[in-house]
Amino acid sequence: MATAFGSQFSALRGRRRERWRDLSPMRKREAKMGLLFITPWIIGVLLFSLFPFVASFLLSFTKYNIVAPPKWVGLEHYVHIFTDDPLFLKSLRNTGVYVGGSVAIRIVLGFALALLLNAKVRFLGLWRTLFYLPSIVPIVALSVIWLYVLNARAGLLNSLLYAIGLPRFRWFADPDIAMIGYLIMSTTWVGVTMVIFLAGLQGIPEEYYDAAKIDGANVFQRLLRVTIPLMTPTIYLNILINIINAFQVFTQVFIMSDGQGGPRDATRTYVLHLFDHAFQYLPPQMGYSSALAWILFMIIFAFTAVIVATSQRWVFYQGSEANS
Amino acid sequence: MTSAAPTQNIIMEGDAVTRLTRIIGRVLLYLLLIVMSLWFLAPLFWMFMSSLMPLDQVGVFPVQWIPRVWQPENYTQALEFWNFGTTFRNTMFIAIVSLIGDIGSCTIVAYGFARFRFPFRDTLFLILLATLMLPFAVRLIPVYAAYDAIGWIDTFYPLIVPNFFGNAFYIFICRQFFLGIPQDLLDAAKIDGASEMRIFTQVMIPLARPAIVVIAILSFQNSWNDFLGPLIYLKDPDLHTLAIGLYKFTSLPGQGGIYNQQMAASTMMVLPVLIVFFLFQKQFIQGANISGLKG
Repeated sequence: MATAFGSQFSALRGRRRERWRDLSPMRKREAKMGLLFITPWIIGVLLFSLFPFVASFLLSFTKYNIVAPPKWVGLEHYVHIFTDDPLFLKSLRNTGVYVGGSVAIRIVLGFALALLLNAKVRFLGLWRTLFYLPSIVPIVALSVIWLYVLNARAGLLNSLLYAIGLPRFRWFADPDIAMIGYLIMSTTWVGVTMVIFLAGLQGIPEEYYDAAKIDGANVFQRLLRVTIPLMTPTIYLNILINIINAFQVFTQVFIMSDGQGGPRDATRTYVLHLFDHAFQYLPPQMGYSSALAWILFMIIFAFTAVIVATSQRWVFYQGSEANS
Repeated sequence: MTSAAPTQNIIMEGDAVTRLTRIIGRVLLYLLLIVMSLWFLAPLFWMFMSSLMPLDQVGVFPVQWIPRVWQPENYTQALEFWNFGTTFRNTMFIAIVSLIGDIGSCTIVAYGFARFRFPFRDTLFLILLATLMLPFAVRLIPVYAAYDAIGWIDTFYPLIVPNFFGNAFYIFICRQFFLGIPQDLLDAAKIDGASEMRIFTQVMIPLARPAIVVIAILSFQNSWNDFLGPLIYLKDPDLHTLAIGLYKFTSLPGQGGIYNQQMAASTMMVLPVLIVFFLFQKQFIQGANISGLKG
């Protein structure tokens, strides 16, 4: 998808824009048919993307509780968020821990597993299926299961730690390590990243490795000089997608902490905080929540922009300048 | 001959060493794969096993894996508490109608993007890709307020209707597929006098079956697993979906302790997804891959 962006951009740059009145009658007919086919999406993007995007920006400057019409309050919410909402910073920090930890886990573990499976293992399909399996489990069921995996008294993880002679932890009962519980749980979705990496690895031509071998490169040199550079577009894309998603972590935290983000707000994530204001407060604070949403949007946008901007330095596109 | 023998011997020894390291490497590799599989599968295996255990066995430390007494009645008891029949019907209804909407709208829109030239086509497609990066939190409140204003809260419409206006990701999948179909085939159909609509329904759709299966699976999985949507739009218990039913069943005060029945309920929600997964494994993996590679 990242490369899709690249190629779309270059397509835009390369071609002179066609104007409607310059088109021949036949091309006009073709254009009309095309627009007719994409009409459902145009309506959809106006209703479900553009309208809410603009509306939530405007609502962020109002007091709005759904029942009464919105009342303009200017920058009041933003001032309040930055000066008088301790849970804003706390939820941001919790979310930061989740983003950093879970993205690292998914990229590193996903890549490592893909490398293992790419080492000409037998029953490749079977292993891939087994690793991918947990990520298709509905998140509600997963949350119910992991509440028990991380149960302080008799959970699976503590049983494992006990069996190999390590100390046990109180996980979700201990505010200092409660977020770590969600990081461990996030290994569940490593299979998705692994599958994507594996397909990328399988696309690297064998000749590259043969050439490196002839030049006397050992396994690690081949990994560092051949595999990783060729995989940078896929790594880049996965970092991007996973960061965007991780910032919005909500469902498992909502279910497992029963909407509270406990203990003592130690697992209150940003979206949970925002959801709280919009849907759990009485009366609902939809305006305040919209301001929180827009701050989140700006944060995600900034991260995306930085990653995209720095990508030129470390993302390597094979044999073409088209995407750089 | 005699002078060559020692070197040959050394080479043989070297071979034996590399073979030994290779064997050790292989053993370690498979050991690692087994350990990782256990990590990924143990929670699911335990879900199933504990769903058949007596309650007092579930809380034993360290954890036990085999039920002391097999207790399938956990399932019937879970069914009693958890309104499975209604929630299952609601979920199936939402999932099937959404699936029809997704397939219909996404194939049509993707065909428009793939096969026609029109002004601003590439700009529009770029916008389509950009919407994938818009956080759901930004849309949540205005969309909710709008549904509230037109009286759609406590109806299935908010969960179904948007699917008839195209999903950016599915459109992307489908467009990639359409682009791969040779133009000659369409030209031949055109020469035979087929209309655009006929070409679309009778040539393109049958050819696009693999892409449609991927979309169908993703769409179904999405409806089946969705939590946030039903949580905010469906307050009436008679409209609840499986996901909400399971959540309520596990979070009701006083039911916090009946882990075996909760695991039975979870198993019932997971099982259909697992069956679909094993039937359509290839398409699941493809679905994951398209998001990462194509384009």
